[in-house]
Amino acid sequence: MSTSQLEKVPFTSKDLVTDQDVRWCPGCGDYSILKQVQTVVPELGLNREEIVFISGIGCSSRFPYYMETYGMHSIHGRATAIASGLKATRPELSVWIVTGDGDSLSIGGNHFIHLLRRNFDVNILLFNNEIYGLTKGQYSPTSEAGKVTKSTPMGSIDHPFNPLALVLGADGTFVARTMDRDPIHMREVLKRANLHKGSSLVEIYQNCNVFNDGAFEVYTDKKTKADETLFVEHGKPLVFGADKAKGIILDGFTPKVVDLNELSVNDLWVHDESDRVKAGILTRFFDEVNTEPHLPRVFGVFYVEDRARYEDVFNQQIADSIRLKGEGNLDKLLSGNNTWEVK
Amino acid sequence: MSLVKLLTFAQHFTGLPVLFTEMENNSVIATEATILFAGDSGDGIQLTGDQFTTTTALFGNDVSTFPNFPAEIRAPQGTLAGVSGFQIKFGSQEIYTAGDHCDLLVVMNAAALKANLNQLKPGGMIIANTEGFDPKNLRLAKYPEGVNPLEDGSLSDYKVYKLEVTKMTKATLEGSGLGTKEIDRTKNMFVLGYIFWIYNRTPEHTIKFIEQKFAKRPEIVDANVKTLKAGYHFGETSETFMQRVQVKPATIEPGIYRNMTGNPATAIGLIAAAKKAGLPLFLGSYPITPASDILHELSKHKNFGVRTFQAEDEIAAITSAIGAAFGGSLAVTTSSGPGIALKTEAIGLAIMLELPLVIINVQRGGPSTGLPTKTEQADLMQAIYGRNGEAPMPVIAAQTPADCFFAVYEACRIAVEHSTPVFFLSDGYLANGAEPWKFPTSSELKPINPNFATPLPEGETFLPYKRDEKLARKWAVPGVKGLEHRIGGLEKENETGNISYDPDNHEFMVKLRAEKVARVADSIPSQTLDNGPEKGKVLVLGWGSTYGSIKTAVKKALDEGYSVAHCHVRYIMPFPKNLESILRNYDTVIVPEMNNGQLVKIIRDKFLIDAKGISKIKGIPFTADEIFQHIVSHS
Ligand code: SF4
Repeated sequence: MSTSQLEKVPFTSKDLVTDQDVRWCPGCGDYSILKQVQTVVPELGLNREEIVFISGIGCSSRFPYYMETYGMHSIHGRATAIASGLKATRPELSVWIVTGDGDSLSIGGNHFIHLLRRNFDVNILLFNNEIYGLTKGQYSPTSEAGKVTKSTPMGSIDHPFNPLALVLGADGTFVARTMDRDPIHMREVLKRANLHKGSSLVEIYQNCNVFNDGAFEVYTDKKTKADETLFVEHGKPLVFGADKAKGIILDGFTPKVVDLNELSVNDLWVHDESDRVKAGILTRFFDEVNTEPHLPRVFGVFYVEDRARYEDVFNQQIADSIRLKGEGNLDKLLSGNNTWEVK
Repeated sequence: MSLVKLLTFAQHFTGLPVLFTEMENNSVIATEATILFAGDSGDGIQLTGDQFTTTTALFGNDVSTFPNFPAEIRAPQGTLAGVSGFQIKFGSQEIYTAGDHCDLLVVMNAAALKANLNQLKPGGMIIANTEGFDPKNLRLAKYPEGVNPLEDGSLSDYKVYKLEVTKMTKATLEGSGLGTKEIDRTKNMFVLGYIFWIYNRTPEHTIKFIEQKFAKRPEIVDANVKTLKAGYHFGETSETFMQRVQVKPATIEPGIYRNMTGNPATAIGLIAAAKKAGLPLFLGSYPITPASDILHELSKHKNFGVRTFQAEDEIAAITSAIGAAFGGSLAVTTSSGPGIALKTEAIGLAIMLELPLVIINVQRGGPSTGLPTKTEQADLMQAIYGRNGEAPMPVIAAQTPADCFFAVYEACRIAVEHSTPVFFLSDGYLANGAEPWKFPTSSELKPINPNFATPLPEGETFLPYKRDEKLARKWAVPGVKGLEHRIGGLEKENETGNISYDPDNHEFMVKLRAEKVARVADSIPSQTLDNGPEKGKVLVLGWGSTYGSIKTAVKKALDEGYSVAHCHVRYIMPFPKNLESILRNYDTVIVPEMNNGQLVKIIRDKFLIDAKGISKIKGIPFTADEIFQHIVSHS
């Protein structure tokens, strides 16, 4: 059934558009994500029929209906587990999981962490809008404490998840963050995610303009973006701020913002995607913007690790078993080792 | 009444060994015998039972076995909770159950006696390991202070043989260099050797087994073989006045046989179906009693291309299988009641996706965690109705351990050819019970034809929910150019599979999915009677593992002149088309079930027949005698 050996037939973004009307609310951040994915996917050197988009439930999970590839819009929280079964048995397919903060971190939290530790070679697009959109506005596991929603009129008392810290804790091998309002950055991160041989987790800050408008505004708004965000690149020092005048140093294990008018760029923390401990610290750049002092929010690829993919080892065992025992013989299996004849 | 019983009665009443003239090799001839081995779960009871079974089957008897495990893996030694049992019935005639009551009860300790004495026939034999009746063991078994049943005359209705198993095992292995613990572990071999002697069985097969099992530890092979032989020779040389028994080979249908247990039969049936369908087999599973052995068995056969995935939970077990099914595998998930409950939402998804999927429920006592190691048939309603929305799917139930093979094979065939999830029901009794099986060759198995979609001519659009005459949709797996499509759990428009909230479409689709399941009846065999006249007074209608008890009871009733027949349904959803006409040929239909009445409700609902339910909800199978009594009272 594999077609990966066949010659690649190029296709365009337009070929990825389905005949279905896109039903997200006007102005929803999902539109931008769909557009970037449709832009990037034709550039990945894949055949369209090898691509599968699998989603759970939620606004983001309507995504597969808008991609002219194979797709499944499944049940709440289970896209990761469905993708695991598909990838385990069809490793040659390019499998993409589209999920939201409720879908992957609340109802599907278990499958999410297990997929990551197994390191299936899939791309997970986690649309984080810090709210339940499809069910019309309850707080989500990433909503900030104190959030007033329909289900929390006196404010949410839940401590929110830090998704990327969770991903690192589950031994995710590709950890990245981007945002709906920065198409160029998103496309770069998506390409990197696709190249990675293992579970690639891309958290995408996505604005739900109906139920949680402006949740990420400080990171996306031109006025505040430069000072509130830190875009990391492998091998480059951690510099940010308007005029690139601020940087981050590590004082022991404590990150500190420094003024580059006082300190040289050479003294700064240099981003190393293979450094797990430092990636952990980067995920903890998670302060509320209204607390002072606070660190900027990090975007880009935090961490990359080369680890065996589940499906490779899984299928290697099959090959090894055939090599050692020979291809299974059904008649021998039916008869077993102890038979007797009745005459 | 068996000869054995007569003999033991005679021995008991005379108090002396009786000399018999109608004997062979110094043995009395019996047509059947039932032995119950019981001891602490650490006593190797299951292994002892397995070995006796294989040897007996190889000898040519018809056999049926049933193990009885304690619920806790490490229940305290010597306690009633820690008792493990293994019952085997074998005969020179056909055997359908592991026996209502046993002729011989072998007990390794006091708790084993206390827990199983009610299983022994009046006047039956007890072989007791006296070391298991020391004050400590008696206390653990909760006998009153100072009471030892082996000494106080309370067993005077039985023939009791006391053996100092531990002491004799120690003596056998003196100087072997093995530690006390290792020596103690071989004592079941002493008992097995002795039982082999009593029933005229040779220990050769078990010796071979030991040699293979402990190939890397020659000293352990040596110890076990020595003890086994010591037990056998003890029979010959001791003066226990034990009367040997000979059960001659049965006259069963000629052919080549093997012994088959339910769970492995299920596993092999799945592999066979995958092979015949030309599909890779995928199992998504989460460990649960009593289904885990299917996962274990399948994991051994990776060289058949079998992919087993131990998922993080029951939901991932089934959803990973749905992913594999989407990708073109014959996908299966195995569990028991509590796990099936967790899978429910995903089963609904599979129904909407109309993908082949086999869901296996090895039923156990419920509700909730219930009785994990006990058998029950209480998940039939769950299989048929237990989902949100109108969500019908085929349901098939196995009736004997070896029948698990054919029933699950059929489940796979229907799933693949009708593009639907299918429920396969087994239970704890079938899963662990064993019987001789005249296995088929691969060429005798029905073909299974997957319904794959093929690439379309240029310019045509693929319709994922277009159906064939069975109303099955085509299986379009990723990787095929031109068949790109999206499926999901939202209601679909017929043919296109597009999301549709249209009221008329929803009603249409609900009826269409029901009709699709109903049409499975076109591809299944007609219902047949298992035994008895085509018209009569009483019909015993059964499903699942009650088969053996009903079969035995109906046979006896027919022999005694009752007007009774036996009908056993394997296809429960949908029923074979002729089932109703069979039911209408009898004055009374009785439905024995190990639940509070489930099939009987469905029968009454579907056919408006005044069927009578017979319930047993004790975690143990019906005895043939119980069913016989019901036949009598309804006649
Ligand atoms: S509810 Fe929010 S997330 Fe959902 S489609 Fe509307 S704007 Fe987007």
